[in-house]
Amino acid sequence: MALETKIYQKENNKSIFKLLGESLKDTYQSLFLARQLAVRDIKAQYRQSYLGILWAFITPLTTALVWIFLNSSGTIKLTDTGISYAFYAFSGALIWSILTEALKSPITSTVAAKSIMSKINFPKEALIVSGIFKMLFNTAIKVIILVVFLFVFKIELSWSLAFFPLVILGLAIFATTIGLFITPLGLLYKDVSKAIPIILQLLMYMTPVVYAIPKTGIMKTIMEANPLTPLVLNARNVFVGLELQFVEYSLWVIGISVPLFFISLVFYRVSIPIIVERMSA
Amino acid sequence: MEKDLLIRVENVSKKFCKDLKLSLWYGVKDLASNLSGNKTQRKLRPKEFWAVKSINFELRRGECLGLIGHNGAGKSTLLKLLNGLIQPDEGKITIRGRVGALIELGAGFNPILTGRENIYNNGAVLGFTKEEIDSKIEKIIEFSEIRDFIDSPVQNYSSGMKVRLGFAVAAQMEPDVLIIDEVLAVGDLGFVLKCFKTIDVMLPNTAVVFVSHNMPMVSRICNTIILMERGEAVFQGEDVSKGIDSYYNKFMTSDDSNLVYSDDTVSLVSASVEGVTPVDSVYNVKWGTSIRLSFKLKNIGLDKMPYISLAVYDKEQRAVAEIYPEGQDLKSIEKDRVIGFSFSLKNLYLSKGIYYLTFNASEEPSFNMYYKIHKAITIKIEHDKQMWTPFLLDSKLISTTI
Repeated sequence: MALETKIYQKENNKSIFKLLGESLKDTYQSLFLARQLAVRDIKAQYRQSYLGILWAFITPLTTALVWIFLNSSGTIKLTDTGISYAFYAFSGALIWSILTEALKSPITSTVAAKSIMSKINFPKEALIVSGIFKMLFNTAIKVIILVVFLFVFKIELSWSLAFFPLVILGLAIFATTIGLFITPLGLLYKDVSKAIPIILQLLMYMTPVVYAIPKTGIMKTIMEANPLTPLVLNARNVFVGLELQFVEYSLWVIGISVPLFFISLVFYRVSIPIIVERMSA
Repeated sequence: MEKDLLIRVENVSKKFCKDLKLSLWYGVKDLASNLSGNKTQRKLRPKEFWAVKSINFELRRGECLGLIGHNGAGKSTLLKLLNGLIQPDEGKITIRGRVGALIELGAGFNPILTGRENIYNNGAVLGFTKEEIDSKIEKIIEFSEIRDFIDSPVQNYSSGMKVRLGFAVAAQMEPDVLIIDEVLAVGDLGFVLKCFKTIDVMLPNTAVVFVSHNMPMVSRICNTIILMERGEAVFQGEDVSKGIDSYYNKFMTSDDSNLVYSDDTVSLVSASVEGVTPVDSVYNVKWGTSIRLSFKLKNIGLDKMPYISLAVYDKEQRAVAEIYPEGQDLKSIEKDRVIGFSFSLKNLYLSKGIYYLTFNASEEPSFNMYYKIHKAITIKIEHDKQMWTPFLLDSKLISTTI
């Protein structure tokens, strides 16, 4: 049997395609590890808590409740959303939470595995994939809740619901790509992971999450330029069967994020040894 | 048939930075230069040093390399380079085959989950497939000897139990290259022995790199050795015992005698081996010969002769023997005089190596200590055989029957 040969050196003579190939191969081979890590974390998380799964969606639900209260009490005046505001807010907050989770996932999984990374050599892609698995698990729960809401708010089921997973996938790829690019820096400096929630909070208000795009004004311009807008908006639209908006922009965003996703995967792969060195030095 | 060459290390160097903030900033720079392929030569930047410098070696299947050296000599860094966790700043490492590392046991354990679940976690991290673990799980539980607790959460395990479980999983690896750091020190004696038995079984089919401070162990399993100091290989070769000797010699520099206790009633003026000229304050003595030890003791406040006893320590500060010279007459003496002692020591059957004599003066044997000094005399026993036991007893064949 031929033995696999590994070469470690400073120079990196491999082309990006070769690296991507290796990365994808490792990803495929480490699926069991990724699954194992995801199951481990999910089990451990719920075994030590009574509310368990509830925690996966309690934050977005409270955010939505606050906004529903603000709106219904007349404290603020929002642009008409076209559907029941309560459902608009709930669905927006849940979709947004899927996005933030996907974005934070690479850095959270990698930080959690710091101690193993500096001692054992295993395909680090498994960490990313396990993060994706955990995100999918939580997303599934959120989608179930959304479906329940569909019935609660008596919204008719639409055939376009079938496209919902596709849009969510686009959203997740976009967010994971950004997450992968910031992970190496985030592992060096704690500032990054501290800043992420704050920036995401700000971004949320520049995206039609809990309110629709205003008819006029500066916010209209910002929201329409924001690449997250078409993703979040259309995720909700296909879910309830509304007409798609910013179709061309959506396709652009997703079309660019797919190649970027592969580049970010390679970037992550080549950066890890440098990070491990600085962590353990 | 020539055995497979599994590890080739060519001129490998690695540098580290002493300052954390600066280190992180260099990390950012390295991230950037990494993207352009790292073609330029690396020089030391401010506050950097070579943690590993210009290491070369080759290892074939069935060979075992011992890496020894002080703490911070660069051994663990070299292991990390070999394991591919970090990249060299210079040089090239080529490794063939499946690599197993006994560096951390029980990686991937989650304390909340049960031992059984964690076998899967740990196994997955070590690169096993689900089918492999399924088929080995009974063997793993058997080996760990903690079947009764296998379904309780790992957080209730003692540290020794965790190590047992971790090693039981790791022992199932069938690596071509095995990297062992000092992980086996934990666990009770029975388990440590079991671990080494497992490693012994793996040895002939693997190329092993073994880091340890346990010299008898190194001399037992290694057939080639590298002594590292400040990142460099100061000794390298197949003469394992010579390498270990130079390792011990690194500690010889602080060889002054040290006073452990004194109640200021007596003090040692001089100590020597009669008729032997010391070389660097070490007295060379041939194995099996008889010697005379001479001491001069200044009496400051005693009016009765003190009882003198000696103890022998080896290089690792293990007590090897005690000496209670007979015929001491504890008669009354005058103050402020120097007393000379001369003791015979017959047929020294200590094995080859360095030994230290500790000098004790007390009122009675093992009672009311006046004075105790370590390394009063350093002797070096000369013999052509290297031993790992402190004594080489005198023996001859008398007859054989067929």
